[in-house]
Amino acid sequence: MNAIKFLYAAYIVTWLIHALYIGSLVRRYKSLRQQLKELNKGK
Amino acid sequence: MKRAFPILAVITAVLLAYALYQALVVAPTDAQQGDVYRIIYYHVPSAWTAFLLFFINFIASVQYLADSKPTTKQAAKWIAVAVGVVGAVAAFVIPLPAGIRPSAIATTVLAIPVFYFLLGKYFPGEKLDVLAVTTAEVGVVFCTIVLVTGPIWARPVWGIWWAPGDIRLTSTLVLWLIYVSYLILRRFSDSAQTQKLAAALAVFGALDVPLVYFSIWFFRTQHPQPVIGGGGSMDPKMLDVLMISWTAFLFFAFLVCWSRYRLEILRREVEQAHAMQSLSGADSRVAVSSPDVSSRGSQ
Repeated sequence: MNAIKFLYAAYIVTWLIHALYIGSLVRRYKSLRQQLKELNKGK
Repeated sequence: MKRAFPILAVITAVLLAYALYQALVVAPTDAQQGDVYRIIYYHVPSAWTAFLLFFINFIASVQYLADSKPTTKQAAKWIAVAVGVVGAVAAFVIPLPAGIRPSAIATTVLAIPVFYFLLGKYFPGEKLDVLAVTTAEVGVVFCTIVLVTGPIWARPVWGIWWAPGDIRLTSTLVLWLIYVSYLILRRFSDSAQTQKLAAALAVFGALDVPLVYFSIWFFRTQHPQPVIGGGGSMDPKMLDVLMISWTAFLFFAFLVCWSRYRLEILRREVEQAHAMQSLSGADSRVAVSSPDVSSRGSQ
C-alpha cells in the first residue's frame, strides 16, 4: 500500500490552508492600513 | 505587547518544527496502518483547536448577548456558575455511557464559568464581539483542515474518501457550515443587529460541538474512539507526540488569533473613520445650505 503519499498530502494541504489564510490576513491588513492613511490625508 | 509578538512567533516556529520532527521521525509506526496514521498528529490537534476556539466563541457570544441588558448581565453570571457546578457534580452522579470519563466532562463543564469570568474581565464590551468573530474565523480554518485531512486519511485506511451518513463526519461538516454561515452573515449584513444575530447563531452553532464529540458513543460510526475523554487507547509514546503537536498548534492558533484580533480592531477603526468623514461631509453640506434657507425665508 503506497499510503505515504497520503501522509505527505495531508501535511502539505494543512500548511497550504494556513498559508492561504495568513496571506489573506496580510492582504486585508495592508488594504486597511492604506484606507486609514487615505482617510487621515483627507482630513 | 508589540515586542511579545515576534518572540512568540519564534517560539511557535520552533515548536511547530519540533512537533513535525516528533510526528514524522520519533513517533513509532502503527502496526496496522503503517506511516499513514501520522496524519493523526495534524488531524486531531486541528480538531481540538477548532473545538476550543468555537467554545471561546460560544462564551464570548453568550456574554455579548447577556451584557446587552443589565438584568441579563447579572443573571448570566449566576447561570454560568450554576451550569459549571451542577454539570461537574452531575458528571459523577449520572451514569455515563461506557468510555466517557466523568472527569473529562466535569473539567469541560467547569471551564464554562472560568472562561465566562476571564473573558468578561479581559474583553469587556465590544471586545467580546471582536473576540467572537476572531475565534469563529480561525476556528473555521482549523475545522477546514479537519475536514480535508480526514478524507485523505480515510482513503488508504477505510478505502473510501467519505462515509456518507456517518454521524461524526456529517456533524463535523454541519458544524463547519454553521460557522461559515456565521461569517457570511457578519460579512454581508449591514443591519445594526448583525452582531446580536451572529451571537445568537454562534450559541446554537456551539451546541453542535458536543454532538460532534460524543456522537461516537451514541451512534454507530466508522470513526475511531477519541483518545482523550475515554474509549480509545493509544501507545504512550504516540500520545506524547500528539500532546506536543497540540501544544504547537495551540501556540500557532493563539498567534493567528492575535493577528486576526488586531485586524478586526483596525477594520472597526477604519469603519469609524469612514463614518466620521461622511458625517463631517454631511455637516458641511448642512452648513452650506443653511444660509440659502434663511435667505429664501427672508425674501
